Amino acid sequence: MRAKDAVGRYGEDVAVAHVQAAGWTVLDRNWRCAVGELDVVCLDGRELVAVEVKTRRSDRFGSPAEAVTGAKLARLRRLTAAWLDAHDVHAASVRIDVIAVTLPPRGAARVEHLVAVV
Amino acid sequence: MTLGRTRAVSLLGLSGHLVEVEAHLAPSLPAFSLVGLPDTALAEARDRVRAAVTSSGLVWPNRRITVNLSPATLPKAGSGFDLAIAVATLAGAGVVDAAAAADRVHIGELGLDGRLRPVRGVLPAVAAAVAAGHPRVVVPTANAAEASLVPGADVVGAACLAEVASRYGADVEVPDLPPVHDDVPARRAVVDPDLADVIGQPEARHCLEVAAAGGHHLLMVGPPGAGKTMLAARLPGLLPDLAEAEAVEVTAVHSLAGTFDAGDGLVRRPPFEDPHHTATPASVVGGGSGVPRPGAASRAHCGVLFLDEAPEFPTAVLQTLRQPLEHGEVVLHRAAGAARYPARFQLVLAANPCPCGRSVGKGLECTCRAEQRRRYFGKLSGPLLDRVDLQLEVLPARAEDVPGERSAVVAERVRQARGAAVERLAGTGWRTNAQVSGRWLRERLGPRRSLMTDLDRALDRGTLSLRGVDRVLRVAWTLADLQGRAAPSRDDVGRALLLRTRGQGA
Repeated sequence: MRAKDAVGRYGEDVAVAHVQAAGWTVLDRNWRCAVGELDVVCLDGRELVAVEVKTRRSDRFGSPAEAVTGAKLARLRRLTAAWLDAHDVHAASVRIDVIAVTLPPRGAARVEHLVAVV
Repeated sequence: MTLGRTRAVSLLGLSGHLVEVEAHLAPSLPAFSLVGLPDTALAEARDRVRAAVTSSGLVWPNRRITVNLSPATLPKAGSGFDLAIAVATLAGAGVVDAAAAADRVHIGELGLDGRLRPVRGVLPAVAAAVAAGHPRVVVPTANAAEASLVPGADVVGAACLAEVASRYGADVEVPDLPPVHDDVPARRAVVDPDLADVIGQPEARHCLEVAAAGGHHLLMVGPPGAGKTMLAARLPGLLPDLAEAEAVEVTAVHSLAGTFDAGDGLVRRPPFEDPHHTATPASVVGGGSGVPRPGAASRAHCGVLFLDEAPEFPTAVLQTLRQPLEHGEVVLHRAAGAARYPARFQLVLAANPCPCGRSVGKGLECTCRAEQRRRYFGKLSGPLLDRVDLQLEVLPARAEDVPGERSAVVAERVRQARGAAVERLAGTGWRTNAQVSGRWLRERLGPRRSLMTDLDRALDRGTLSLRGVDRVLRVAWTLADLQGRAAPSRDDVGRALLLRTRGQGA
């Protein structure tokens, strides 16, 4: 596994811990289909949340949240629709969140949770 | 605190509106949108502001930022909102003290390095802010001198964004950058050319003196090389300094036109504008896309607008001058709104007698066909010439002619004559004889009706229109003022008639 993938994997673990701490139910992780990959799928009460986790080790190239572009958001929408198609989950509503994780060289990871970005 | 606000000024023509700049920071994907009818230069503020904030060593908030320029229905133009947008955003992010930032009006363009760049029209903008009850303004260093000219303004000049942010309590190091200087081209030599340079031409000099004393429009007709242009260029040197209110108005126009160096303070000398005869109507009365900018007629406000080779100007240009000649201002209507610029100038026209220019005296050397000559001068005829009080033939100078008086001597007589006129016109709102209404003139004449005999004869004969009679009377008053007399004599009226009609009316 390459270093950047390890960082991403660790960031996702941090994000999952974050949502679980908030009382959400994680339904799926790293779900893949032809369109791409959904990082985390969970239930916030009766609302289905597709979470995109973006992890960076510093802000030198901008905040991790900035790396979520319009094209990526469009793909997340398609992926969420595909996930709902493939699973028998009937949520009251659906939304997409972004969790930006910054991993400084020392100290705890910084988590920024952006709700309902689409 | 996710909402930051401060103030800026939007200029439409010379009138400014106070604009509230609000920045809202929402916890969502980072984005920056600017709403409130910005034009292209203003919409680009997004990129400039962001770069400037980062270069200043401040943290750009990773939020969805929405900046609103309120009132949102008022179209806004230009780069002068950059500073206000940056300050509102930083206040919303809690980087600077929101209350202190909201208290001040911010005007200035940001460079990508965070330095503040000067903008045009700071004088009218600051004047509008003061009038709206917000005298505390922050402007770029290069504009500070100009902004300080506004009475009652509490001006802070800043060299860069970090300096402004640290004023409001931001924890940032103010870099030691040299401030950006205004690159206004150096104005013409301050010394007006002297009347003593003109050889001979006693009638023309006298006519120029009358024009200066009464603020009358002037037409000079003569062959090439007779000295028409020289004479016209010396007219501003004969005019007195501008009054305080006039100086502010003139400076505001020049600030907007970008032809003003704040280092010299208010424009106190009457401006002189001499557009080339290829000028378009837009360049003379003002124009341009979006909000129109002032043209030569407005830049000559309270000064002299000189049209050399007047018949060569396009008819459209000459016709557009009729509104400012009548009302003393130009109103330009465009999609983005109507701009109103003052344009109370003294018009000086110079023309050759015919296309070949040799139709002087008996005109034996002239090679033009009659129809050519007619068409050439026909351009000037009618409504425009009817507004010109003084019409003068400038004949070629002769070898034995000697230089005449110096400008200073003539200017002193002009000053006294103008003083007499101002005293007489006190309480009427008029300042020079050229502005006085015909009715007032005739009423003042009262029992001296006998003065009108010559004029009545000219009127009967059809060489003078009724408006022409009024205009001759105005010149007669000016002649009396120059002579130090309390009222014009019959001789003054006769000479005024001669000056108006080039000797063809008496």
